[in-house]
Amino acid sequence: MSARLIVDAAGPGVTVQDEGRFGLSRYGVTPAGPMDLGAYFAATRAAGADNAIEVSLGGAAFRAEGATLCVAVAGGAFDVRLDGRPLPSACLLLLAPESRLVLRAGAWGAWCYVAVGGTLDLAPILGARATHARSGLGPKPLAAGDALPFADAAPAPLEPLALTAPWLASSGASVRVLLGPQADYFAPEEIERFLNARWRIGARSDRMAYRLEGPAIRHRRGHDIVSDGVAMGAIQIPGDGAPLALLADRQPTGGYPKIATVIGADLGRLAQLRPGEDLSFRAVDWDEAVAARRDYFAAIEAGAERAPLCAEMTAESLLAENLVGGVVDARD
Amino acid sequence: MDKTAPRFLDCGEAALSVEFGDSVDPAINARVLTLDARLRAAPPQGLRETTPTYRALLLRYEPLEISRDALVAAIEGLLAPVDIEAKLSQPAARWTIPCCYDPAFAEDIDEAAALLGRAAPSLAQLHAGADYRAYMYGFAPGWCYLGGLPQALAIPRRASPRGPTPQGAVLIGGALALIAANPMPTGWYVIGRTPERMFALRRDPPFLVAPGDAVRFEPIDAGTFLTLDARACAGETVARKEALQ
Repeated sequence: MSARLIVDAAGPGVTVQDEGRFGLSRYGVTPAGPMDLGAYFAATRAAGADNAIEVSLGGAAFRAEGATLCVAVAGGAFDVRLDGRPLPSACLLLLAPESRLVLRAGAWGAWCYVAVGGTLDLAPILGARATHARSGLGPKPLAAGDALPFADAAPAPLEPLALTAPWLASSGASVRVLLGPQADYFAPEEIERFLNARWRIGARSDRMAYRLEGPAIRHRRGHDIVSDGVAMGAIQIPGDGAPLALLADRQPTGGYPKIATVIGADLGRLAQLRPGEDLSFRAVDWDEAVAARRDYFAAIEAGAERAPLCAEMTAESLLAENLVGGVVDARD
Repeated sequence: MDKTAPRFLDCGEAALSVEFGDSVDPAINARVLTLDARLRAAPPQGLRETTPTYRALLLRYEPLEISRDALVAAIEGLLAPVDIEAKLSQPAARWTIPCCYDPAFAEDIDEAAALLGRAAPSLAQLHAGADYRAYMYGFAPGWCYLGGLPQALAIPRRASPRGPTPQGAVLIGGALALIAANPMPTGWYVIGRTPERMFALRRDPPFLVAPGDAVRFEPIDAGTFLTLDARACAGETVARKEALQ
């Protein structure tokens, strides 16, 4: 019998993602892909997978069927439990058919990746398995009762291992941007306002865009531009002056000026912020952005470190930690 | 400064917009498509993908493989004087797209005709008599934006969007024409409907019209629409393609 991962429960916005559906933006196809590429790679490389389930703040529960699966979890500090046993929020584990893996929003973070070692036995759509719900490409968002078939299941460690990856840590540091492509649509004092403001992630944020609440940013010469291409992390200022950070599910082209673009190394940190959380931006130049990108991808390339669960990581201490997380979680 | 030189605009450290202008203009779009074709024919190391739009070409690249300066130099090496670029940009193919202007399928044609101060059949005749060029795709898979709409059909977009378009809606909005694929709400006017699928997942290729291709509409009646729609639904391509180069 082939191995399957059964979805026991899934909140809204739990999707299968791979690196993205690239090469077809010229036909209006959105790449989709993970919101936090660093966390995605931490999970997929630990498990030996080329795709992962992206779990949203709504949480999810899984069990294996037909075989034991090697599962890696990485992302924000989610509350991760295997048969009720609390585990580190980034870990590598063996999911036996009778076991149940439950993820809930924890101390921080908006997205968590569950990667299963082996080959996801779903035909790619336009060359990818990434889900873009809005255009109906890729697997549908997951719901209770769904089953994902896996071939060539990878071997798993008998005891869960903690994964540690510095790039997965939470940080209050400002999110770095490169100004442009349409910074010249804004007067210098409006750019200053954008860079000096404390922004809050709006409630109606999703994989397509994060709404930023704060001061209105005024355009120098109108808010309509002739549509051009939109890069991941572009910060668009529509007519109402409230910025939108355009993310994985963005439309491939857009008709509002983009004041700045979040650098690659900081996209994951932005994505992991939750509605209601604050951030600020800091402008850097191309060289600094590329230096940060080099460090970020070098760390990802080196992979997460694996360690046995340490002695102080007892159920009690983790429970205490997760109780703190539970307050933030508020079961929304 | 040379007014014809494109602007190079950073979109983060891993994407660069080569902007040839800020308006919808066939000459500007021709330059975008010429650069796009040249980059696709001989992609510089590190270039991942190009996205042509009306007036700019977006390049996604890996800055750990090619520096911005080297990429800009590679692009500059591919640019030709503007008049030559416009001439170089000839459509590779011409598509004849069947289009039904019967109000039963062209949901907004009477409304648009009234706004334009002409009768619906005259709107249809003008629309079907024009030569278009696919400027770009955007919004959603298979939504193909066309330049070449007769000036007399330029129409302000709706203040608030209408409900989801039917499959294969042919629309006008602003100074542009558009062929839609899947149903979506829009601020444009549905003045016709094609039985052709601009995007069909199970067809090879899934997309028919390439950016830069020439497009004409061929009026069909409601009965022909239903016949062709059934054939298109079964996977047949009902638009006609003629190679031009």
